[in-house]
Amino acid sequence: MGAVQNFFDHYNYIATIVLMVAGLYIVIARGNMIKKLIGLMLFQTSVYLLYIAPGKIIGGTPPVLDPNFTVYSNPLPHVLILTAIVVGVATIALGLAIVSRIHEAYGTIEEDEIFAREEQE
Amino acid sequence: MLLTLLVIVTIAIVRMRSLFGVIALSGVYSFLMASVLMVYDAVDVAMTEAAVGAGVSTVLLLAALHLTKAREYPQPRPAAIPLLVAVVVGIALIWATYDLPAFGIADAPIHKHVAPHYLQNALQETLVGNVVSAVLADYRGFDTFGEVIVVFTAGIGVMLLLKGRRQGRDGREGDAR
Amino acid sequence: MRLDVVLRVGVKLIIPFMLLFGLYVQLHGDYGPGGGFQAGVIVAGALIVYALIFGLDEAQRVVPRRLVEFLVPLGVLIYAGTGAFALLNGHNFLDYSVLAAHAPAGRERGILLVEAGVLVTVSSTMIALFYAFSERGR
Repeated sequence: MGAVQNFFDHYNYIATIVLMVAGLYIVIARGNMIKKLIGLMLFQTSVYLLYIAPGKIIGGTPPVLDPNFTVYSNPLPHVLILTAIVVGVATIALGLAIVSRIHEAYGTIEEDEIFAREEQE
Repeated sequence: MLLTLLVIVTIAIVRMRSLFGVIALSGVYSFLMASVLMVYDAVDVAMTEAAVGAGVSTVLLLAALHLTKAREYPQPRPAAIPLLVAVVVGIALIWATYDLPAFGIADAPIHKHVAPHYLQNALQETLVGNVVSAVLADYRGFDTFGEVIVVFTAGIGVMLLLKGRRQGRDGREGDAR
Repeated sequence: MRLDVVLRVGVKLIIPFMLLFGLYVQLHGDYGPGGGFQAGVIVAGALIVYALIFGLDEAQRVVPRRLVEFLVPLGVLIYAGTGAFALLNGHNFLDYSVLAAHAPAGRERGILLVEAGVLVTVSSTMIALFYAFSERGR
């Protein structure tokens, strides 16, 4: 019974790790570059969840000060993840620009075909 | 419940081969992530994730899809080693998260260090009620400065990379400017 | 009758509300959820949806490329200028208490200025990204 209770206490973290591992698998196992960038996006967003989940207090409210409430959720992870989200979109935009230029140079965005073409030259 | 939906959408993204469908599913994923963040009391972060993930990110992915004329990719070769690596990493991380305190209790060590100081003093010292805005722009202003510079750099990086018209493989169509 | 009448009319009705909502989110960042980043993306989204429905040329008549290229560094300048102003008055960099006689009022004014800088840079960068991708594929 203790093990089941422990599992449900940590279910949020376990789901987050599953998302992270799925993103990692897409990045290392798929050859299409746009799919790899989407896998990177999955990985990044699962890290956001991993940071914000410990900050939540059950019975607390969002950290906007108000005289009626006394218990607030921790505002510090929110600040760090706000920065991380915007940096994430900047990274994805730059990655997509590079993928477009790779397509113009090689005619394809599959990793295997690019390696084969490089070996021919 | 929302987390279970997220896991299902993620498995669908891993298995799907049509890139247009993958991009549509990533918009759904961002929306579900924003809902989960709302449940976690992170209202600022949920608004940013919804606007950025389901808005700008989807538009940029569709624009890149149009530029590279990609449709769907061929059946991937069976990947045993990456799957093994991913599963081993996942099991190790899940075993590590059991050391974290249970979800949602108020005695966890992270609520004792700097956060009570911010929550108690933000209103007197800055006259701003939203503690996240006060911390972001005042107490941790340097980090936000660095972030604005990162956004600026990404903007000029993309403007430099994608300047002019599309060129053929031998540089046939020249720049339009 | 064109096939996209519903989209055109609907978008024409909704864009003013999107801009108004962006302004609301920006100015209410002190009292509720909101702030510079969210407002910047909402304002950029309003222009992007206009460009998607009415065409890139129409959108570039409203917000030309030169204006976007001018606005992208302007937000960074506003942010750094606030910090430098504090430096020139003898305090630390980004110490906002010099902006008013009463220190907390100065810090609130500093927060408002800095969030305005963030709004300008984020919205113009998102619009610049969209223009860069669209013009490449024309």
